[in-house]
Amino acid sequence: MFQIGTLRTCWRKFGLDSVRRLSVSSVNHEKIEVFIDDKPVMVEPGTTVLQAAAMVGVEIPRFCYHDRLSVAGNCRMCLVEVEKSVKPVAACAMPVMKGWRIKTNSPMTRKAREGVMEFLLVNHPLDCPICDQGGECDLQDQSMAFGSDRSRFTDNAFSGKRAVEDKNMGPLIKTYMTRCIHCTRCIRFASEVAGVEDLGTTGRGSDMQVGTYVEKMLSSELSGNVIDLCPVGALTSKPYAFTARPWETRKTESVDVMDALGSNIVVTHRTNEVLRIIPKMNEEVNEEWLSDKSRFAYDGLKNQRLTLPMVKDKTGELVPVEWEDALMVAAKALKQANNKVAAVAGGFADAEALIAVKDLVNRLGGEDCCTEEIFPMGGSGTDFRSSYLMNSRIAGVEEADVVLFIGTNPRFEAPIFNARVRKCWIHNDLEVGLIGPKVDLTYDYTHVGEDAKSLEALMTGKHPFAKLMLQAKKPVFVVGSSLLQRSDGQAILDKIRGMAEKLRGAGNAERSWKIVNVLHRVASQVAALDLGYKAGVSAIRENAPNVLVMLGADEGAVTRNDVPNAFVIYVGHHGDRGAEMADVILPGAAYTEKQATYVNTEGRAQQTYPAVSPPGLAREDWKVIRALSEILGETLPYDDLNGIRARMEEVAPHLTRFNAVEEANYVSEAVALADAKAAISSDPFKVNQMELKDFYMTDAISRASKTMAKCVQAVKKQAVAEN
Amino acid sequence: MASFMAKGVLVKSSKEPRLWSPLVHAVRGQSTEPPAKTKFGPLKDEDRIFTNLYGRHDWKLKGALSRGDYYKTKEIILKGKDWILNEIKASGLRGRGGAGFPTGMKWGFMNKPDDGRPKYLVVNADEGEPGTCKDREIMRHDPHKLVEGCLVAGAAMGARAAYIYIRGEFYNEASNMQIAINEAYQAGLIGRNACGSGYDFDIYMHRGAGAYICGEETALIESLEGKQGKPRLKPPFPADVGVFGCPTTVSNVETVAVAPTICRRGGSWFAGFGRVRNSGTKLFNISGCVNNPVTVEEEMSIPLRELIERHAGGVIGGWNNLQGIIPGGSSTPLIPKSVCDDVMMDFDALVAAQTGLGTAAIIVIDNSRDIIQAIARLSDFYKHESCGQCTPCREGCNWMQKMMHRFVEGNARVEEIDLLYEMSKQIEGHTICALADGAAWPVQGLIRHYRPVMEARIKAYEEKHGADKQKKAASAY
Repeated sequence: MFQIGTLRTCWRKFGLDSVRRLSVSSVNHEKIEVFIDDKPVMVEPGTTVLQAAAMVGVEIPRFCYHDRLSVAGNCRMCLVEVEKSVKPVAACAMPVMKGWRIKTNSPMTRKAREGVMEFLLVNHPLDCPICDQGGECDLQDQSMAFGSDRSRFTDNAFSGKRAVEDKNMGPLIKTYMTRCIHCTRCIRFASEVAGVEDLGTTGRGSDMQVGTYVEKMLSSELSGNVIDLCPVGALTSKPYAFTARPWETRKTESVDVMDALGSNIVVTHRTNEVLRIIPKMNEEVNEEWLSDKSRFAYDGLKNQRLTLPMVKDKTGELVPVEWEDALMVAAKALKQANNKVAAVAGGFADAEALIAVKDLVNRLGGEDCCTEEIFPMGGSGTDFRSSYLMNSRIAGVEEADVVLFIGTNPRFEAPIFNARVRKCWIHNDLEVGLIGPKVDLTYDYTHVGEDAKSLEALMTGKHPFAKLMLQAKKPVFVVGSSLLQRSDGQAILDKIRGMAEKLRGAGNAERSWKIVNVLHRVASQVAALDLGYKAGVSAIRENAPNVLVMLGADEGAVTRNDVPNAFVIYVGHHGDRGAEMADVILPGAAYTEKQATYVNTEGRAQQTYPAVSPPGLAREDWKVIRALSEILGETLPYDDLNGIRARMEEVAPHLTRFNAVEEANYVSEAVALADAKAAISSDPFKVNQMELKDFYMTDAISRASKTMAKCVQAVKKQAVAEN
Repeated sequence: MASFMAKGVLVKSSKEPRLWSPLVHAVRGQSTEPPAKTKFGPLKDEDRIFTNLYGRHDWKLKGALSRGDYYKTKEIILKGKDWILNEIKASGLRGRGGAGFPTGMKWGFMNKPDDGRPKYLVVNADEGEPGTCKDREIMRHDPHKLVEGCLVAGAAMGARAAYIYIRGEFYNEASNMQIAINEAYQAGLIGRNACGSGYDFDIYMHRGAGAYICGEETALIESLEGKQGKPRLKPPFPADVGVFGCPTTVSNVETVAVAPTICRRGGSWFAGFGRVRNSGTKLFNISGCVNNPVTVEEEMSIPLRELIERHAGGVIGGWNNLQGIIPGGSSTPLIPKSVCDDVMMDFDALVAAQTGLGTAAIIVIDNSRDIIQAIARLSDFYKHESCGQCTPCREGCNWMQKMMHRFVEGNARVEEIDLLYEMSKQIEGHTICALADGAAWPVQGLIRHYRPVMEARIKAYEEKHGADKQKKAASAY
């Protein structure tokens, strides 16, 4: 439908600010008074009838309208009477005029709604009993509230209802197109938010169909959101199909850990089984979207799980044992470690487990608590929080005027953040630049270059993009954490910081605006650095510990070859790379099974809640460590969650201030402490996730997910079909 | 029910003072002073604007010049936009595309303070209304009228260029039009320094792909931009945000084509035809059950009967063989013979008769025709042409079509006539564009005036097949 890209260029040419100028910039306008059901309300000019009604608490029924999508105005469910208007008006699209008296419950309004509802139902199948949307269906709910109490569908007795062939949209979205009411929300989502022109309508009139034109999967990392957007059962979740009814399930609000954004989620579960994951609204983080990996990788929580404590026997086989035995074996090894104890934490480690492991290692005389993810430790290293956070925050990009991505592909490393950048690109005239391999970000950007030379070109002002940066009041540099893992990561980071400092000085940037942002890829990293973990495992390689505690470390940062003689204790929930090399396995809990703290890339502490209990004999990670410490005779001084959180608070007070982002400072100090001499190699900047197929399986949970595997297959098949 | 509803506002006599029904008076709130003129039509030859309507003369530039086209066009442009707009306003010209919006006012909307965006005139040549064939006559036989019209209308609104969006099926018309545009370019009549006036004006032609809905102005704009022809929400209106995001006015071919002549002969000349607020001359298309189907330019407000009998050779089998008339293209409601007897062909008189002038395409239906079948065919058309955006139109047109075909057979129940009428009211006025209204009106007209025919059909079906079949319909209640 909408070609946002061309539209944007078109609007821009004429200096217009947004795609659909319904909410005209109203800073200088005086408020106008309108009456909703005789209740006066003062609104900004340009407010729609629907928005004005919402202000006095009147909700107008709608199907096609959605806050975060452009206005289509085609379902006609929101028709309301406006005094002195002959025809009812579409509340979602009509801006109010001064003195309008809007009647949201008059006979004319009710009649209009009833009429629209009748038309919507005339070809809608009466299959609610077998429809997955049943119980959470807008059409069901609104037909109860606004529909007629009897049917007049005499023609169905003669010619039946319309039937539409189902589409194959890939392994995530199940379609049942006969149920479609043509609200076009999915189409608008795909083209506006997800930035893929895959969906559209074909045919017209009653033959109109929503689909992908030719049979193909919806190739987007955000495709699952169309399931939430669909007001009926036309698009439902394929993995969740025929699983449960909403009223039979329990819902637990939690936090996602599949990327470093900490998207808020609702975990739906029944009888100790996670049934599905849907997004929970959080304007600051994920708005109301969720990436496909976060939404669909949950079946990975049921596969490859470590459910029993295991110990390696004489033949080198891991055999299940009792908890006592496993803990005794681990304790024995730790006692004999002779102070040479180290720990390495993976991407899913929560703050509680991190502090428990660190306390234990320290008590045993070990110093090397590391994270699998590398972060440059030169100069001030991770001493200042501002060095490793996304300082301008996820929502901060909405204020930004220039964004420069360096060595990252935000589309797959942080899909929700990328969607927000795209939103700003459409509505705020945001300029985007990228240094790194050319990737499809779903919006236009200036490709500055692929290596450090482009950084230099920006520094010296040789590249035209440098001019935009200098003019910018609120520039944002987003540095991919993977880029900083190169051996010259420190030099690159210093260079970028220097560039930011220049913008604050010679440029137009506001003094208080923290330009440099680090975009992490894993959920545990910020909390680990906050708690004093060392980034990167080089210390472990150098110091050759006798005992290595691996806390969910599955990315292969430390392999058997690095620590040939160490006794490896693996604490975690998946039998992946880490568990393979373990001598003792202590099964832990996944994020849906524990109340735990995660800090996202912007430094926001959030907590997960247990939806289900850990499988088999698995236990919450910090409790495992606590039990181990007791057997060791080095009992850690916390017995419950409050206790361990009090300890976390001692180390890093912000970790228990949930949902708040602590301001991080000392930006210029970090620049001052930089080692200016370091050189940057001429290797091109790389990103790991170049294409959609790279996105689905990136960690222990998604690698264990069959759904994700199907996605990879489907994308590959698609690529073959297209070539 | 239907017939008495019509009588309430029925026009009884052709004598002018009584023509104004109480309803029209109330709506307009005008004084009771009698209009000066009481006799309308026939139009004298010297007052015809389209002098090559039948293609008997050369349609190319040479012929057009000999008929007076481009006479003093430069002077007209040099008189300025205000002068042109005033003439158009004084002429009382109302849009010829169907809605009848005052043209002078509409073109005037374009003269807002300049914000740097170019302005465009879009000529709606997507003539697709069943029964209507006036624009194609202009474009194939008098294309220079339209080219010159574009220039004058463009000058009146300060447009940078005109886009003629022509119906895809009009192959020959598009060909003639393009030749005319090329000729005009070569003669310096358009393009840079058009007609030597110092005004730069381009004309582009764009062929549609055969969708009726693309005749709706915002759908036309979408289609012109290369998207699916689906009407846009208003506001913003095209005068604010139109084609390519720029201020745009969409005008019908006939409206644009008459503008130069109005400017040459004066607004008051044009206003001298027809009744107040319905002034001018107009192309009428007369088709259906007449002896001599024809497109003819006539004075507005000419009585319908006179129009048919004078120009179309009368109804086949005589006036008394008339069953009903669709007076303004397929979208307008039917009127029965009793109304046709004395109704005048202009906007207000037809509104008073619960129908509309529309495009002035008169479709005559005599007694040999099945009136229900005729309307059912129109329902087929609207069902096929609905774009599918709005729920009431998408679902309603489909449902209405199914139902109409049952009424053709009589395989329905009498109560369903009321259901159909209610449904058509549920469709009308509930959608983004007026296509749904156009789909609902013919059905409403049928029920209003021909309910007895429908009931008789049902009864006949019942007698032939027994009441069992109708029970099927009843069971769904």
